[in-house]
Amino acid sequence: MEKKIQVTINGFPVDIQKGKTILEAAEEEGIKIPTLCYHKDLCVAGNCRVCVVEVVGQKRLSAACATPCEEGMEILTNSLKVRNSRKHIIELLLAEHNADCTKCYRNGNCELQDLASEYKIMTQDFIELAPLKNYTIDMFSPSIMKDDSKCIRCQRCVRTCAELQGVNALTVAYKGDRMKIATFFEKAMNDVVCTNCGQCVNHCPTGALVEKNYIEEVWEAISDPTKHVVVQTAPAVRVGLGEEMGMKPGERVTGKMAAALKRLGFDSVLDTDFTADLTIIEEGNELLSRLKKALVDKDKNVKLPMATSCSPGWIKYIEHLYPEYLDNLSTCKSPQQMFGALAKTYYAKARNLDPENIISVSIMPCTAKKFEAHRPEMHDSGYRDVDYVLTTRELAILIKQAGLDFDKLPPAKFDRLMGESTGAGVIFGATGGVMEAALRTAYELVTGREVPFENLNITSVRGMEGVRKATIKIEKPLKEWAFLDGVELKCAVAHGLVNAKKVMDAIKAGKADFHFVEIMACPGGCLGGGGQPIPTNPEIRGKRAEAIYAEDAELPIRKSHENPEVQKLYKDFLKEPLGEISHHLLHTKYTKRERF
Amino acid sequence: MAYSYQLKRVDFIFRNENDYEKVLSATIKKKPEDIINELISSELKGRGGAGFPTGLKWKLTAESKAPKKYVICNADEGEPGTFKDREILSKVPYKVLTAMAVCGYVTGATEGFIYLRGEYKFLEEELKKVIDEFHYYCKEINLDFTIKIFMGSGAYICGEETALMESMQGRRGEPRNKPPFPTQAGYMNMPTVVNNVETLVHAFTIFKYGAKKFYDLGVQYSRGTKLFSVSGDTPKPGIYELELGMSLQDFVYEFGDGDTKAVQVGGASGFLVPRKKFKDTAIGYEGKLVGISLPTGGSMMLFNSSRSMFNVLDNYLEFFREESCGQCTPCRVGCQQLLLGIKAVKRGEKPASYLNKLLKLTETMQLTAKCGLGQSVANSFSSIVENFREEMIY
Repeated sequence: MEKKIQVTINGFPVDIQKGKTILEAAEEEGIKIPTLCYHKDLCVAGNCRVCVVEVVGQKRLSAACATPCEEGMEILTNSLKVRNSRKHIIELLLAEHNADCTKCYRNGNCELQDLASEYKIMTQDFIELAPLKNYTIDMFSPSIMKDDSKCIRCQRCVRTCAELQGVNALTVAYKGDRMKIATFFEKAMNDVVCTNCGQCVNHCPTGALVEKNYIEEVWEAISDPTKHVVVQTAPAVRVGLGEEMGMKPGERVTGKMAAALKRLGFDSVLDTDFTADLTIIEEGNELLSRLKKALVDKDKNVKLPMATSCSPGWIKYIEHLYPEYLDNLSTCKSPQQMFGALAKTYYAKARNLDPENIISVSIMPCTAKKFEAHRPEMHDSGYRDVDYVLTTRELAILIKQAGLDFDKLPPAKFDRLMGESTGAGVIFGATGGVMEAALRTAYELVTGREVPFENLNITSVRGMEGVRKATIKIEKPLKEWAFLDGVELKCAVAHGLVNAKKVMDAIKAGKADFHFVEIMACPGGCLGGGGQPIPTNPEIRGKRAEAIYAEDAELPIRKSHENPEVQKLYKDFLKEPLGEISHHLLHTKYTKRERF
Repeated sequence: MAYSYQLKRVDFIFRNENDYEKVLSATIKKKPEDIINELISSELKGRGGAGFPTGLKWKLTAESKAPKKYVICNADEGEPGTFKDREILSKVPYKVLTAMAVCGYVTGATEGFIYLRGEYKFLEEELKKVIDEFHYYCKEINLDFTIKIFMGSGAYICGEETALMESMQGRRGEPRNKPPFPTQAGYMNMPTVVNNVETLVHAFTIFKYGAKKFYDLGVQYSRGTKLFSVSGDTPKPGIYELELGMSLQDFVYEFGDGDTKAVQVGGASGFLVPRKKFKDTAIGYEGKLVGISLPTGGSMMLFNSSRSMFNVLDNYLEFFREESCGQCTPCRVGCQQLLLGIKAVKRGEKPASYLNKLLKLTETMQLTAKCGLGQSVANSFSSIVENFREEMIY
């Protein structure tokens, strides 16, 4: 236990652990000090200066986020000096900011707007700077839009891209009045190393970085009587959407969400969890076949470890930065894309629909999924497999626009076909979930017995540690898998691309002998995705993860291979895992990209 | 004109006796504590402009426990109107190297760097030769200390010590949050002494002649001598070593052209003193003496009555607008607002009272900016606007 020291805040004594900042001390005392550049996910920058406070005896004000408490400090968080300075700084930010709030995507959820409202900035004496600069909006990416005129230079996106993701697509360029957040040589976001993960969007306090929204397109599709609009919802959406609707983090709204989607007018409300289960069957079989080739056939060309391919941010990351490992990726498409390909083939056939008239919409916690749906290789159904991808936030906008009282909606169930899911599909939304789901199925496939963990909960792959490792020893396998007897299956789980880098570098250096690695681009996995409600922080991610595992625990079926709809799909359509139809519809390949 | 004044010209800095070997070997025979005490008793303060007591800086670094420590000579001389460090490095570089080596001995650092301003590239080759020679001597006397040159790239902000270290670490030159201070966590997060070129030369003087000789020069709180870079409307621009504590009146008598309207003390980040305040202004560090005491990194710019103070301020603000690193709000946006603001007032687009709003803004910048750059924009702005208000408006 660290030593406690005493300071006073606004005249009241406070005991605080040594080393804590003034901001933390104030927070513990229930005093809010406004911040902009500060974010719990990121290192302290201390550059917006909104959090300045007065330390009695010091000539200048101190940034509360960056100043550690010292014994006997007398801190004033709301003195006249502080108030005036703070107000001045907000005014300066507003003078620089394109404050056309009514036309802004983040209108109503903007930290600068909130501050302006709190401090009642009613006049603008300073000269507006945005019109003097030739700002253009970067709209080339199918995922992310960047509008420098709304940027307040807090560098949260830069720190996010560097610290959480290790991508460094966004960085600071120029100095002085020309200082801005830029990509390499100010290329479009679409042309640089950006993985479209959207963490920058999630961490942006204003509307400078937002997802490219497809709200109007979806409304149009819904209103078109000639179109059959199917919607799929990713596992992490059901534990995040509630926050957008005013609920506490960690509320599960699966039933309400399905009810809302039906009321929005989608023709069929289905579940990505279904294809998550399907992914497990395909990916599990792929892993076993790779292991067989490596262990029995001694095939030198087989690539291990096999890496998951569900996270499109991770896929683009490896394409840019570790292209020599592209063959290590599972060839399985992500659940979203498997769903898209099946919607316009299997589903269309079963429902007797012309695939040309099907519009496939997905609700994702993710901005990279928008890019993924745009990939030229994702046309295996003969049409674009997924037409529109909406984030959790966009779905919330749809619901609000439709005037639905979310709270009062009676829970509904997903439609059939392709609406049935298992607990294994649900946990795809949390880091370690794909690994856990795969192990539940693969172990049972090989041994005929359930994984040797209490209640199927493989706790060693759960949690929020950046890189987690687990080993499962296969004992007494079925006859056809005899070659796996005694084999210790080595797995690794990483989330946040900065941790993916650690795993990849270990593999590259020959210091890791994993068989199977699960990598999710976003911290916490999809539940912390770039398309999830803003704010997202470590505490909120923890709450959403709890909700995901609670959802899993409550479901009657918790193993992917026991999903009756998946079994029926194989029986009626795919015939066998890794079979010819699967190969055509559910698997794909990726390409090398530039490093800048 | 009958006026008794006395400007004390001194010649320590450029006095060249080629005896650095003797000074170095004699100094490092003393105990580190004794050297620090000598420096402390000399009351030498940093000559870059901020005026932090040098002895204390060395002491704090010496007391910090760390596997590695560094000595950095700040030769990123970028303040408009300052050109003394260039002269020091071309005339008496070994004095700088010697003081760095002593600092290394005192603090436990074995590596030193000279952060050389990008525009001083032409000094690099010659300096390297001197350093090689110096290394040779260090080896001879078994002193484990090496010096490298790090070339800056031309950003003014990199003269700020933490931005300088960020730049040396291969990052963007942006000032860090303080605390921690460089004496605790500087270059590579290790305790680091960052001294201005001139400070190190004064340290050499103190090692050679003793603290007393240095202390006896100057006035209370501002001991010793200082190099001044004199420029502007003067018949004799150049570099002069003068005692601290002189009155600005005396300075103008010596260097003015008879029509001096104002003097900018300390470059763009310093203060403008109008003629009527020459008498009450002394050049030195802030102290408890009567009258105004203005510190300077050495820049003294004289303006005669042909100069428009609006243009002077406009020029400074343009400089700051461009040289702000851009990270913190008050400095980045503030500088732009000040510049656009005075132009708008001049053009009549904003009322004269807008100047008051801008003056308030500089107060906020002074209180809240992250580093010395943003904090000191207020100096020139308020001193010019308050003293030459009519020139701003008409």
